[in-house]
Parts: sequence; structure tokens; C-alpha cells
Amino acid sequence: MNSSAELAVDVRNAVKRYGDFTALQQISLGIRDNEFFTLLGPSGCGKTTLLRMIAGFEDVTEGGIFLFGDEIENLPPHKRPVNTVFQNYALFPHMSVLENVGFGLEMKGSSRKEAAKRAGEMLELVQLSQFAGRKPAQLSGGQQQRVALARALAPSPKVLLLDEPLSALDLKLRKAMQIELKHIQRETGITFIFVTHDQEEALTMSDRIAVMSAGELQQLGDARAIYEKPRNMFVADFIGDTNLLEVSVDKVTNGRAECRISGNHALSCDAVDGVDVGARVHLSIRPERLLLSDQGIEGSSLKGTVAENIYIGTDITTIMDVDGGPKITVRTSNTERGNKRIFEPGSRAYVNMETGAARLLVD
Amino acid sequence: MAGGAAPGGSTASDTYARARHWLLMPSWAVLGVFVLAPVCVMVIYSFLTKEFRGGVIWDPTLAAYDQFFFDRGLFGDSDPKLQWTYITIFWRSIWQAGLATILSLLIGFPTAYYIATRPAKTRALWVFLITIPYWVNLLIRTVSMKFLLRDEGPLNDFLLNIGLITEPLQIINTNLAVQLGLFYSYLPFMVLPIYAAVERYNFSMSEAAADLYATKWTTLRRIVLPAVRPGVIAGCILVFVPSLGAFLAPDLLGGAKNFMIGSLIEEQFKGNAGNWPFGAAASMILLSMVLILLMIFAHQQRRAEASA
Amino acid sequence: MSAKTDVRTYTGFRFMTILCLVVLYAPLIVVTVYSFNASRSLTVWEGLSLRWYAEVFVGPESAKFKQAALNSFSIALIAATLATAIATAAATAIVRGGKFRLRTPSLGLITLPIMVPEIVLAVATLIFFNSVGFTRGYMTILVAHIAFCIPFAYLPIQARMQGIEDTYEHAAMDLYATRAQAFRRILLPLMMPGIISGFLLAFIVSLDDFIITNFVKGAGVETLPTAIFGSVKQGLKPNIMAISTMLLGFSIVMVTLSYFASKRNNTQ
Repeated sequence: MNSSAELAVDVRNAVKRYGDFTALQQISLGIRDNEFFTLLGPSGCGKTTLLRMIAGFEDVTEGGIFLFGDEIENLPPHKRPVNTVFQNYALFPHMSVLENVGFGLEMKGSSRKEAAKRAGEMLELVQLSQFAGRKPAQLSGGQQQRVALARALAPSPKVLLLDEPLSALDLKLRKAMQIELKHIQRETGITFIFVTHDQEEALTMSDRIAVMSAGELQQLGDARAIYEKPRNMFVADFIGDTNLLEVSVDKVTNGRAECRISGNHALSCDAVDGVDVGARVHLSIRPERLLLSDQGIEGSSLKGTVAENIYIGTDITTIMDVDGGPKITVRTSNTERGNKRIFEPGSRAYVNMETGAARLLVD
Repeated sequence: MAGGAAPGGSTASDTYARARHWLLMPSWAVLGVFVLAPVCVMVIYSFLTKEFRGGVIWDPTLAAYDQFFFDRGLFGDSDPKLQWTYITIFWRSIWQAGLATILSLLIGFPTAYYIATRPAKTRALWVFLITIPYWVNLLIRTVSMKFLLRDEGPLNDFLLNIGLITEPLQIINTNLAVQLGLFYSYLPFMVLPIYAAVERYNFSMSEAAADLYATKWTTLRRIVLPAVRPGVIAGCILVFVPSLGAFLAPDLLGGAKNFMIGSLIEEQFKGNAGNWPFGAAASMILLSMVLILLMIFAHQQRRAEASA
Repeated sequence: MSAKTDVRTYTGFRFMTILCLVVLYAPLIVVTVYSFNASRSLTVWEGLSLRWYAEVFVGPESAKFKQAALNSFSIALIAATLATAIATAAATAIVRGGKFRLRTPSLGLITLPIMVPEIVLAVATLIFFNSVGFTRGYMTILVAHIAFCIPFAYLPIQARMQGIEDTYEHAAMDLYATRAQAFRRILLPLMMPGIISGFLLAFIVSLDDFIITNFVKGAGVETLPTAIFGSVKQGLKPNIMAISTMLLGFSIVMVTLSYFASKRNNTQ
């Protein structure tokens, strides 16, 4: 466990209640310095509430929030050295772009002239110098987004909070901004806390991700851990596509679990803490880690009939009816390389798992 | 926006919550002292005894209300009979205000509808045209109406000249003149809320109705009208309530025969002839009628919102 | 789109709209035209003249009307200014003050002067001034006008403030502005169109008022409406047409200002 001083933001047992409704239940999180950290979850999961608590727009009902070791949960927003990029940017409509970017510095006590100079530099960083004199309404969505970023970065905050800042942009622009944001974070070395409901965005940008649901932290880890080793049903289902199979655990030996799914098929996978013999739990298998074949492998195969092939461009998705069991989705990369093999609907085939593809979930 | 709009959470913005009592203090002071307190004093006055030189004696009595409803003869000792004079004046006021409201609705609804279906660019201009008269001094508008409607006024001149009539129409000092005056005074109040409602109306519902074989007028009656009903009710209230207590239109256009509540009340406070407790009591009765009406209206609007 | 296929248009509605405008404008236009009539008679047209305008300014009644105009405009200016300031503060508390127990009663109190019929408010104000022993005159008119102008100033300001998301102030505070700075630098400038509309509406309502003024004015103090009313009671005279036309012109200038104030939506 890190000591509090090394952490940029340390949330300790934070609870948020509105009357009878609990928006956040006992969240503890440590966010490291220089980290690109993402709060990921569906709408209503409490991620924005947590961000607003760090920014100072929501009271903390119980618990504490520390910023580089200093307790901040009772400070008003204007006394916290953190800045926010708001979801709809909240650019001041009656001020020019330059005045917007210089506002924070001016409020911190810089003279108008100094603030304007620094604001000019920030606009250069986001390549909007030529728009300094315009009003926000005269800019495109992507430009407004960059002004909002420049405005929040101008006072050199210790932590930058980003509340779904890309959600209003179209797909192409969003992808470009994801990479730009990541670069700016590396260049400035400022800790970013990014809120999003888009799992792909989270995986693309983050050093670490906290997956949240119903006001609780579901899993904390880097992109790979979250995707490949989901801890529970919610995380497996929310991040990417997956096959969730109901299994009963027959035997646990040497870190391996022998499982059985309906139709009496046996599958073996890595054992997980908290899942014991006799448990009825779920197994998650990503469709791209399954392979269709004429031949089965003992303990890693399911036999069935091909129901349907769906062409989706980069991949071909095959739906299999497992004999006496569930439907399973298999994704085959649409290339001539490797082991592409397409079976016609109605043909019999085996679905083979890659080693380590099956993941037992704590429900 | 995820957690921000949490169910049961406070959606009201509270940026200046700490200063709210200081911010409200001036309005409480001014309105408390110069509106709420006077209304309370008026209630008390309506239960006091009149002084003959205009004013009151601090002697509680129901005489003012009694005088409103009952006739006890010249010396006040006969058996009480229902007194129709004042009830008739109130009834006439309700009738006149009602007719003015219906007239406003008949012209105001098509107008509001027409404006709301104009292209977005010209809509603001239409609304502007409708609102200008509201900004013109009510007295001046009423005087203009009087000037226009006079026996030898421009309207009669015009009608005589085109040969539609041979004798000047006697409009001024009739009920019709009062209705026209009230209608003219408050017409913009009818148009604006209906306009707002029609503007929010989703016209694909009309298209859906047409698609399902409804004629246009059926669509108007069965689909559009129910959808904009809150706006129509608001417009009717906004015309009816001020018409009920109006003073200028009945006084300037109606003449002595067409006395309404406003003039009755005003008379009680003019010079030395007045009866202040009676005027206060008549005001109380008018106020109660209006408040009951507004409560019914608020209840209706809440129901409409709940079902929306 | 033709009227046949457009489900939105109804035959006859355009005619009603034009009728509506004719009814609204005919009396005003007629009065304006006749105010330029050279004749002493109200009925006969004897050609263009400005004599009635001259009469207003130098005629026998000119002193009375000048004093009345001065009273009217000074009262409207002071009452509208104070009512707008009071209403702005109240709107900030009610729209941005969170939930509190006195919120609904405060809103009720603020809108009370437009719920109560004007004649009732006039009676109540007269009785009140009389019972506390205020001498009726300029001050009683002014105080009454401040009070009943508050809701008219309040409503456009509240509507405007509700249209401004509080994220702007949050963003300002996030950028180290105090609450007071966020109010002055962000909320107040954004609210300006609403404040201007509120002020103009309050100004017009004060200038327009006849009933309450008539009750609380006391002997000798006149505003334009009470002076005009007194004059009209003795018979319609052409100089009244001229005054009316000037006031009409003033109202149109005011409504045009208000129109442009409301169109200047500075949050976009």
C-alpha cells in the first residue's frame, strides 16, 4: 500500500448520500502522481459524483479526500489546486477565447497582462492561437474542447479532472482527441482523472482504470487486467463482448478448476480465489479467443452445430449451438493469415479455447 | 452527467445557498410591509364600522358584508331581504369578463396557432407585433377605443360612408363596448400562453392523426386542443381575472348603466361619500373569487403536468 | 408545402390573425392620425397640423401635464431601478439558493402583487397608508410602485437565470474565483438580457399604472395617467390625442429595446 504522500489523490472510504439515496458507498482509491487514471462505468454509477467531490462541487458525506497528502474535502472549489474540463466545456460565452483561458490565472492573482500572456502560450499548445479573439460560440465543437482543455491547464493544476470531455464530439474527432489528450498528459506530467462511460476510450488512454457500478468500485487495474482478468460478471460484461457461461465447479487442483456446463461438457481453467468446489458461477470467454475446428482438445472444447455466420468487416462472427448447452459466439479475424476457417451453417464443429482464455468470475 | 442527476438528489442549484436569506431580505421587507400587511389590514377594515367622513371606527361588526347581501330597510330594522343591487353588479362583472374571455379565445387561439406555425425566423416578429399593444399605456388604449367607437367617431363614419348603416351605431355606453374594451385590453395575454403551448406541440402527432384518416378539424379537436389545453386555460385565466376587477374599460366605455365591481369599489373611497368597510368587504369578496379561481387553475396545471 | 398536404395549416386562421392585428392596431392608428388634425372638432378632418402638440407644451394645461410627466417618469425610473435590484437578489436566492423551507413562500410573496386584482391592491394600499398615518403624495405613489413592480422585474430575470446552467459558475470557482467573483464576472453579465427586460417591463408597468396611483396619490399630485384620466372625464380633447401619441411612440421605443435585449442571447 502506498503511503498517502506519494499519491496525487487519495480517496478514503468516501460515501455520498442524497437523502435516502446512496450515490457512492465507501469508495477507497489511490491515484498516483503523473498517472492517466480513468473512472469508467455506466451512467448513474457514481463516477461523475466522485469527480465532483474531488473538484469540490459535492460535499463528502463520510470519509476523506487527500491531495498530495493534504486533506481537501472541506475546501471550497476555488481553494483546491485542481481544475476541471467540463462535459459541455462551460466556456464563458460572454468572454473571448483568450479571456476564458486567462480567467483562472487572473483569479489566482496574476495581472491581466500576465494572464493574457500565459493564456496565449496555452492556446499555442492546443494550436488555437489564431482564434484568441473569438467568442466560444464561433468555434467548432473540437476547437471548444481544446479551449476548455487549455483553460483548465493554464493555472498549472496539480490534478486535471476531465468529465466525459469527448462525448460531444463525433467518432473521428474523438479518436484524434484521445491521442492528443494522452500526449498532452505525458508532456505536462500532470495527473489526469478522466471520467467516461466508453470502455474503448478508457482502454485506449488509461494507465489505470477504475470500473464502477451502482456506487461501488468493481475493479481497479490497468487496461489489460481489466479486459483479460475481469473480477466479476459486471466487469466482464461491461468491458467488451464476451460469452458468459453458467458452470458448476467439480474439482480444484494445483491452481486449476474443472468445470461443467449444461450439456455435460467439461472445461478446465485457472482457479480463482473465492470459488470453491460445488460453486455455481460464471465463466467468461472472449469470442476472439475461441477457434472453430474439426478436432477437439480434451478439457478445452465444446462440440456443437454452426447456427449462423455474420459478416462484420474486420471479423466474422459465428454463432454456435453447443450440444445440449448454450449458444456461443466465436469471432474469427477476417484475414487470410493464420487459421481462418469458416464453417457453413448446419455443419458440425468443435469450439476450441486458447490457453488461459476462460476466466472464472466471482459473481 | 452520470451521478449528477441522481434520483432523489438535489437538482436545485445551490451556488449561493449561504447568502440566500440576505438576498431575499429586501423583497421580504418591501412586499411584506407594502403588499402583505396592507391586504391583512384590509381584511380587518372589512370588519369595522364605517365613519361618515370616510374612514372607520374601531368597532368590529359584520355590517359591511351584511349590507352587501341583505337589505334591512332605510333604518336597518326591517326584516332582512336579499339585496340584489351588489350581487347583480358582481354577476354582471363575471358575465362581461366571461364574454370578453370567450371573444379573446375565439380570435386569440387561431392567431396564436397561426403565429406558432410560421417559420422560426418570422415567428419572433409576429410575437413582437402582438406584444406591442400590451406595452402601450392601458389608459391610452382605452381612450383610443372610446375615440374610435364614439357615435360620431371614425368607426361610425366609416360604416356610414360605405353605406353599411344609415344611422350611427350606438356602441359606446353599452355592454358591447365594455366587452370590446376588455377584450382589447387583455388580448395579448390570451395569445402568448397559447402560442407557447402550440410552439412546443409536436406536429408529427398531427401527421400521425392525418395518416390514421382524421380530417384536419378532427385533428385540431382531438389531438391539438388536448395537447395545448394548459396554454388555453392559462390564457383564459390571464384574461378573465384582470377583466373581473377592471376599472378603466367599464368606467370609460360602459357608462353608468354598465357598472362593474371595479367602479363599485372605487366609489367607496372617493371623497367623503364613501364607505370604507363596505369597499374593503367588496374587495375581499372579489379577492376570494380570484384566489379560488387561481387555486383551481393551479390544481389543473399540476394535473396536466403529472399526466404529461 | 401546399395547404392541402400540410397538416399544420388551417384555412381561416390567417384571416383571424389579420383581424386580430387590425383590432389591436386600429384604435392606436386612428388616434395617431387624428392627433395631427388641424380642426378643433374631433370629427372633422381639416388637414395636417402640429397645433395640438404645441398646445401640450405651451397651452393652458401645459404646466399640469409637464409636472405630471415629470412625476411619472421619475417615479417609473426610481421604482423600476429599485424593483430590478430587489428582484435580481431574490431571483439569485430562489434559483441558485438550493432547496429551503422559505423558498415556496418567498416565491408566493414575490408574485402576490400580480395574483391580487389591481383594484384590491389599490384599496389595500390606501387603507394601509391611511391606518399608519402616511400623508398621501409623491412618496406613497413611489413606495406602492416599487412594491408592485417587483414581480414584473422578477419574472424575466428568473426565467433568464433558469436558462443559465450553473456549470459556468462552477467552472469559474474551479478556476479560483470566489462566489462573489463568480457572481459578478460570470452570472451577472450572462443575466444582463433578463435584467434589462425586467427593468423595462417594470418601468412600463409603473408608467402605465392608473388604479393604484389614483388611490394613493392624494390631492395635487398627478401622474400622466391620472392627469389624462381627469382630462378625459371632462370630454375627449385633441391635446389628449397628442399626448397619447407621444406616449405611444415612447412605448414602441421601449418595446423595441426590450425585443433586442431578449434577442441578444449571450449564452450561445
